[in-house]
Amino acid sequence: MAGSSFAGISRRALLAGLAGLSFAGVARAGDSLTFDELYGKVSVLGLAFSDKTKALDGKSVSMRGFMAPPLKAEAKFFVLTEIPMALCPFCSSDADWPSNIVVVYIDEKTTFVPPSRLIEVTGTLEVGSWTDPETGFVSLLRLVHASFETV
Amino acid sequence: MRTLLLALAASTALIGAAGAATVYPLDRATILAGSPFDFKVEFKGTVKAEDVKIVINGADYQPVLGGAVDFIASEKGKDDAALGSAVLLRGVKIDKAGAYKVDVTAGDETKSVTWDVFATPEAPKAKNVIFLLGDGLSVAHRTAARIMSKGMTEGKANGRLAMDDLDHMAFIGTSSTGSIATDSANTMSAYMTGHKSAVNALGVYADRTPDSLDDPKVETFAEALRRTTSKSIGVVSTAEIEDATPAAVVSHTRKRGDKPQIVGMFYDVKPDVVLGGGSAYFLPKDVPGSKRKDDKDYIKLFQEAGYQLATDKDELEKAAGSEKILGLFHTGNMDYALDRMQLKKGTVETFPNQPGLVEMTKVALESLSKNPEGFFLMVEGASIDKASHPLDWDRAVFDTIEFDKAIAVAREFQASQPDTLVVVTGDHTHGVSIIGTIDDDKPGTDMREKIGTYDAAGFPNYVDADGDGYPDRVDVSRRLAIFANNGPDHYETFRPKLDGPFEPAVKSQDGIYVANEAYKNVPGAVFVEGNIPRDGDTGVHAVDDVVLQAAGPGAEEFKGYMEESDVYKVLADTFAIGVKQ
Repeated sequence: MAGSSFAGISRRALLAGLAGLSFAGVARAGDSLTFDELYGKVSVLGLAFSDKTKALDGKSVSMRGFMAPPLKAEAKFFVLTEIPMALCPFCSSDADWPSNIVVVYIDEKTTFVPPSRLIEVTGTLEVGSWTDPETGFVSLLRLVHASFETV
Repeated sequence: MRTLLLALAASTALIGAAGAATVYPLDRATILAGSPFDFKVEFKGTVKAEDVKIVINGADYQPVLGGAVDFIASEKGKDDAALGSAVLLRGVKIDKAGAYKVDVTAGDETKSVTWDVFATPEAPKAKNVIFLLGDGLSVAHRTAARIMSKGMTEGKANGRLAMDDLDHMAFIGTSSTGSIATDSANTMSAYMTGHKSAVNALGVYADRTPDSLDDPKVETFAEALRRTTSKSIGVVSTAEIEDATPAAVVSHTRKRGDKPQIVGMFYDVKPDVVLGGGSAYFLPKDVPGSKRKDDKDYIKLFQEAGYQLATDKDELEKAAGSEKILGLFHTGNMDYALDRMQLKKGTVETFPNQPGLVEMTKVALESLSKNPEGFFLMVEGASIDKASHPLDWDRAVFDTIEFDKAIAVAREFQASQPDTLVVVTGDHTHGVSIIGTIDDDKPGTDMREKIGTYDAAGFPNYVDADGDGYPDRVDVSRRLAIFANNGPDHYETFRPKLDGPFEPAVKSQDGIYVANEAYKNVPGAVFVEGNIPRDGDTGVHAVDDVVLQAAGPGAEEFKGYMEESDVYKVLADTFAIGVKQ
């Protein structure tokens, strides 16, 4: 009999398993930071960066996540998300992204990575609100001069 | 053949030129007498101001409408493209009810429209109106909620939903001005203004210029109440409070995505009770988590305007009874009822103390009912739709049950204060149906063979041992088989999504949505090829009618088939806002 407990297999568990499998042998630069570690306090009245995030400001940091499709094809940045994203067609503007995103600025144009592929991004962490002058995209956390590889 | 085509093209062009001008409000618009609106004529070509002739019922239009004429020689489109000339009058009104035929000519461009300006009775029928809107509420949601919540024996429901006992009803047409299909912006806007509009538009007719904030406005119900009454106003939703449905109570924009501006529109109208999610748009941009692009601190502004702030369930209880309450319980949309109450998934870990729709409705009624002049309360069960888009039917039905419990609260209030009209409706429907049951105990591993149809469906085995009206668990062995008739490519798992809301498809590098591989290996999952365009991420709204039900004074006006914009007239009649109260 197929018990309904099978439904307990989670996407996150699957993805975590995937990450675990491919973890070995990946060269890593600088400190690593996970999405769960980004914020110390999350409340209705705002988020607070964690001590670890604040300590890593300006340093070389590696993060794993998923590449969301760029807002514009010619954009020199993409959004790194904790889980693969599907955005609703009526409200796809930067304001509708979840709070725990990291904006990645890359120095060179790159090919797009499928949304269900885990990637590891390494770049210099920038902490604090910043408005991209070209696109008006407001971000709180950025990895700049970044490079990435699939894992 | 060639000659024929040319002749055809020529005649089409002629017809096109002759009917080229567009007049807002559109033909057959229904307009509340004395209600301000913007009048706009868009000419297809460039015309001279002195060639424009506009008459209303045969007389010059200016004395009829009042207001100052703005003649725009050439409106500009994207990249400065010339769109044609326009005439614009802001904030005009017509006080006397009747048919108004508007004839516009300029050169070879002509257009005639007729408006129905309606009055209301002199005396109100009810003191209060509670307008409960289940976003996306379709017949399948109701049936599933009844079966899951109450159970069924030998073909008869073991109990009734609160919405089952409303005694007047109507089928409601939800289509938009530009399409048979529709969204939550134009639909709620039609309820709240009496004017139909285009997909994504709130409190405006959708004009041709790119600016989303310059479109011809029509008055919202909240504005009409402020203009003609001293009633209190409440807006309650489980969505971001600046999401389309709650926004439609107060807002004017061509683009529902103008959420930072919509918060400002809430502030302009200042509904007395505002409860929901979406705090991110209230925070100045430097606060991490803010989704504003300016330094406006709307939390502070509302507090300075005398609002009691509540950010979780406990603070909401403390704020109960305050005259003005701003309750924001999530930076984004509040979590689904199933996650809040049972599974603790989604973002419940981050926002563990969110109130539900029932608590919010109770607090809103307690505060608003203190006004001896009465109130208008809009309650949105937003997450029915939010769960239906990603085909997460267990979450959609759980939220339908919660919505029904909010209706029960409204009905209890009405029992003690019978001069209250209760309206329950959806804004649009989803393409969803219940077709039987899924029985894990059937032999084999092929989930398709475990679906029971016709006599083999039997009855599901949900249990509500604690009697709270919600099944104690959704992952029972014989559960409802609920399927969408449309969607993107996805994996059908035939099971409740216990680990978090379903995300059926993710965007690929080509910008199309592909099945989310995360569900591929769920035992029994099968690939379902989508049947909507590949740039669609989730299931879409259906064009099917909505069922509206109502009880109380004024409810007798709901009958047969009505347009969403006709519902506004019933609300207007009930409060008699055609005359200043």
